[in-house]
Amino acid sequence: MQDYQPLHDAILSGDAAAARQLTEQALATGVDPLVLVNEHMIPAMAEVGRRYECNEYFVPELLLSARAMKASLELLRPLLVASGREPAGRVAIGTVKGDLHDIGKNLVAAMLEGGGFEVVDLGVNVTPERFVEAVQEKKAQIVAMSALLTTTMPSMKTTIEALEAAGVRRQVKVLVGGAPVTQRFADEIGADGYSENAPGAVTLARQALHLV
Amino acid sequence: MSDLLAQLLAEAPVVTDGAWGTELQARGLAPGELPDLWNLTHPDHVAAVARAYVAAGSRVILTNTFGANRLRLAGHDLADRVAEINQHGVELSRDAAGGRACVFASLGPSGKMLMTGETTAAELTEAFTEQARALAAGGADALVIETMSDLEEAKLALAAARATGLPVVACMVFDAGQDKDRTMMGATPEQVARELTAAGADVIGVNCGSGIAGYVSVCRRLRAATDRPLWIKPNAGLPALEGGRVVYRTTPEDFARHAPDLVAAGASFLGGCCGTHPDFIRAVCARLEHS
Repeated sequence: MQDYQPLHDAILSGDAAAARQLTEQALATGVDPLVLVNEHMIPAMAEVGRRYECNEYFVPELLLSARAMKASLELLRPLLVASGREPAGRVAIGTVKGDLHDIGKNLVAAMLEGGGFEVVDLGVNVTPERFVEAVQEKKAQIVAMSALLTTTMPSMKTTIEALEAAGVRRQVKVLVGGAPVTQRFADEIGADGYSENAPGAVTLARQALHLV
Repeated sequence: MSDLLAQLLAEAPVVTDGAWGTELQARGLAPGELPDLWNLTHPDHVAAVARAYVAAGSRVILTNTFGANRLRLAGHDLADRVAEINQHGVELSRDAAGGRACVFASLGPSGKMLMTGETTAAELTEAFTEQARALAAGGADALVIETMSDLEEAKLALAAARATGLPVVACMVFDAGQDKDRTMMGATPEQVARELTAAGADVIGVNCGSGIAGYVSVCRRLRAATDRPLWIKPNAGLPALEGGRVVYRTTPEDFARHAPDLVAAGASFLGGCCGTHPDFIRAVCARLEHS
């Protein structure tokens, strides 16, 4: 039994170079990439989330860990795809129409990528139509919307209505977040989930696709 | 300390102003519309906000220039109008003040993150230098760097602002962590106070956040960690959505009730951020007069 704890630790400490090197070493031992991801790397990101929740980690640590995770996944993903195993899921993410703030959205995108998701980043000021297109054309299973302004939060509702009108609402899970957004608001507009922070968004996305 | 600051602080606490963005929205600014552009397109509304604060008792008013840096304006295809928007912004506040209030010109964050490589230190320095020069050219009495989440960006803005020779207030937002006493990047009040003091801020402050009550202890901790005057501008709590409309549940009286606590905790300048309006300033003035 090989010891993959150093890979876990490299992700936890946000050391991308070490994570990449340890991933190469692990692959040389013939380990199943999926085992590596599910049993060593995803748990490391879960620990990152836990540390964030209890104030041991803040945004810089999240970003470093997500970067380390991504460095490792870049090596593993082609192998997973080649063996017919797809990424955890595909997420179309964007800041809603009228809102140009992208820091929160970018953080969630980085964490989702670190969590093994394929992320289609639609950018900022994303119209409901573009979210609908992403579902129809990119086959996103999750739509993740961000808003920093109270004045643009209603665009989340408009987008959900557009997904319904296009007949694709049932195909996707809709997740929302951003400083002024609350669970209550998410419930009111009929979203499937709300997270107040970036690590929580990954947990939500995994739950939404029944990966946990 | 500059003469201007010394004069103001001789009669501390100094009541500053309240929010601009939410006040402009009340006057018809549409969701997603750039408030700063109103300096050119709707100067009467901008001036009306400034006048309302002076009439309410603000001894320092800010300017409608929070987002008028090149990086943010670029998102609205207005990157070539930095000078114009900032200068007009200062002029509108100066005219409204009419000598009855000082004009501290506002610089907000770039909206880009250094750590993710979305921007660079050189790009930020250039953007803040350009904006600070335009604000100084417009006749600002001082500059206020506000709503910063990243100390590194705040220090770059501070250096750019100081190069104008004007007094500079540097403010961070504390809204992260269980106790809402950390910046988004995890910095503590002590770290912020130490680093901004070392970087030459004339006044150190906090703004926005999660309401006024939580900023009392942040203020106390800043006070213990720096000898610089403190500037506090909390928001009216987090907004809620009621029947499709955005409301801030903190009332002017709720807000003003905490004003003496902030002064006792060491604040020299006191005003409000998002969701506060002239009635909040009136209530704070009244409360401080009676305490």
